[in-house]
Amino acid sequence: MIPRIYIPGDSGALALGAEKVAKAIEKELADRGIEAKIVRNGSRGAYFLEPMVEVATADKGRVAYGPVKPSDVKSLFDCGFLTGGYHKRWLGAPDKIPFLAKQTRLTFARCGVINPLSLDHYKAHGGLKGLQNAVAMAPADIVKQVTESGLRGRGGAGFPTGIKWKTVLETTADRKYIVCNADEGDSGTFADRMIMEGDPFVLIEGMAIAGIATGATKGFIYIRSEYPHAVAVMRKAVEIARGAGLLGLNVLGSPNAFDMEVRVGAGAYVCGEETSLLDSLEGKRGQVRAKPPLPAHKGLFGKPTVINNVISLASVPIIMDKGAAFYKDFGMGRSRGTIPIQIAGNVKYPGLYEAAFGMTLGEIVDDIGGGTATGRPVKAVQVGGPLGAYFPRALFDTPFDYEAFAAKDGLIGHAGIVVFDDTADMLKQARFAMEFCSIESCGKCTPCRIGSTRGVEVLDRLAQSIEPEKQIALVTDLCNTMKFGSLCALGGFTPYPVMSALNHFPEDFRPTPVAEAAE
Amino acid sequence: MTMQPASTEIASRTAAIIQELKGLEGPLLPILHGIQEEFGHVPQDALPVIAEALNISRAEVHGVVTFYHDYRSHPAGRHVLKLCQAEACQSMGSDAIAAKLKQLLGIGFHETARDGSVTLEPVYCLGLCACAPSAMLDGEVIGRLNDEKLDEIVAEVRS
Ligand SMILES: Cc1cc2nc3c(=O)[nH]c(=O)nc-3n(C[C@H](O)[C@H](O)[C@H](O)COP(=O)(O)O)c2cc1C
Ligand code: SF4
Ligand code: FES
Ligand code: FES
Repeated sequence: MIPRIYIPGDSGALALGAEKVAKAIEKELADRGIEAKIVRNGSRGAYFLEPMVEVATADKGRVAYGPVKPSDVKSLFDCGFLTGGYHKRWLGAPDKIPFLAKQTRLTFARCGVINPLSLDHYKAHGGLKGLQNAVAMAPADIVKQVTESGLRGRGGAGFPTGIKWKTVLETTADRKYIVCNADEGDSGTFADRMIMEGDPFVLIEGMAIAGIATGATKGFIYIRSEYPHAVAVMRKAVEIARGAGLLGLNVLGSPNAFDMEVRVGAGAYVCGEETSLLDSLEGKRGQVRAKPPLPAHKGLFGKPTVINNVISLASVPIIMDKGAAFYKDFGMGRSRGTIPIQIAGNVKYPGLYEAAFGMTLGEIVDDIGGGTATGRPVKAVQVGGPLGAYFPRALFDTPFDYEAFAAKDGLIGHAGIVVFDDTADMLKQARFAMEFCSIESCGKCTPCRIGSTRGVEVLDRLAQSIEPEKQIALVTDLCNTMKFGSLCALGGFTPYPVMSALNHFPEDFRPTPVAEAAE
Repeated sequence: MTMQPASTEIASRTAAIIQELKGLEGPLLPILHGIQEEFGHVPQDALPVIAEALNISRAEVHGVVTFYHDYRSHPAGRHVLKLCQAEACQSMGSDAIAAKLKQLLGIGFHETARDGSVTLEPVYCLGLCACAPSAMLDGEVIGRLNDEKLDEIVAEVRS
């Protein structure tokens, strides 16, 4: 048997040097005259171990090594890593690495395991079963199963996916669309990127199921331009899927037609907002549309459109494979199934952690994340991207659940968690939230466009200790105006990071003029 | 209607790109991406050609081009370096990284070095938040930036 070596081609792994490691391994193989097959897999998401190289052995299954540096490669060969030999980077069976072993991998079951562009690998690891079931079902029954699974949109708003699909199914039109929102602009998030780079067929399968369930025949995946690797993998995967009859006039040989195209964004955060994304796809400025009409009634080019996040769609195949009850069994309250939590920023063990809803924020940050990378105390964590609230340690008992976070004036969003140590200046973070809003505002509403710029000015004055009480009153007032006078969540939710920083870390908003005297 | 005469060179290359992509549903963004890839920026002279081909006003095309951060009105340097300035990278010291890099390159954000070697831009998240602070150099991703990696980047853009 020719040894098989897995070296991630995932952007995160590449950013940590996976390409150099691959080159070094290729060279070493050539120098030693060893024949081996190199597979560029996705990442399993344990980024503190990337680049993580795995070898498929005859007797021990897969054996992992990481984080591997190019300078480790020679000694890896000397230690017999092709047969799982011991080396200081030896991690053993990847499934047993605690960070990975404790997860519940439903959506990400194959990510990092298989060759992302091999349909055979995909099928060998349970792929296509959901779609096979779906083509044999009536559309209404597919929609019912998705509804009963309790799946809610993973893009941020948490709207029940089945209900959205039902509206599109019940709206008659000559043409309907499935649009996948792969704009993933939130800082601290990378789940969409990982799945597109590591298991693109699961997204294609999910979109095809959505098409069959709603009567839509055309899909678009709108990927942000900051993700060139994901764009390249998705484009190749769509072509392969088309060639294999997964897409086209007869999906899996059924009478259902469904095809799709990959489109690339142009660097506008607001285009992640669904109606702005639709305008962008149509070739317009990415400005937010007033609702109604809902995209489900009048979406892309005025036609009924399902618009879903990558993870929402990629979670559908397992639901259609194992059933609604299986999926629904995970989770708590009205948050059912699993959620890929992305642990990022100043944290010891950063990465993607898929688990059932319900873990507390403290468990995620301290136990799984291992505290900060700098070793200093955790001061704050921002949950849910740039529009999400900053949580202090005092709220670490909050369970990861849509309603529980809302009750604490926060949001789960796309499930990104950014950890900050005690050197963080929360006034500076609040100012950044306002600045980001002013940079990315689509310009349609005054509170968002002008208010955010005013917010930056007010916080700058506060930083200079100019009439602090007055500035705090002003910023609070501004936040109220933005919250209630904005059309979309960019203007409407920017108050979350600002006010949470102010409320939970008031000491940072009362800078003492002493600092100047000390200079 | 009077239109600025498009330079024939730009016009013909633009027309070829339009020809290839015109059949798409909502072809404007793909066309603009194609043009930027071709010229390194979106030249003013390309706009009337697009407007005419898609039967929309020139103002409309201009409005779209200026809305998106990606489209440049002027050519960039030989290298484009995007430095992440979003929260996860902030938590790992991206502010200090940015200050150091600006000093090393002698330019600020949205500026191009005088020798035309590099354009520096801020970017808000590259999806590399688990490898912060991060950057992208000509489409290549770089994580866990530190002084050593900054020196490598500077050497590369200057070579
Ligand atoms: C400013 C803004 C940015 C957004 N960015 C994204 C994004 O990048 N990805 C995403 O899936 N949803 C994003 N959303 C949410 C979408 O508007 C929408 O709720 C989502 O695509 C619906 O899909 P889902 O139900 O599967 O979550 C954003 C919303 C706002 C207001
Ligand atoms: S809140 Fe801001 S981004 Fe949203 S529609 Fe209004 S101006 Fe546009
Ligand atoms: S990794 Fe190839 S079939 Fe499992
Ligand atoms: S915040 Fe910098 S890569 Fe995500």
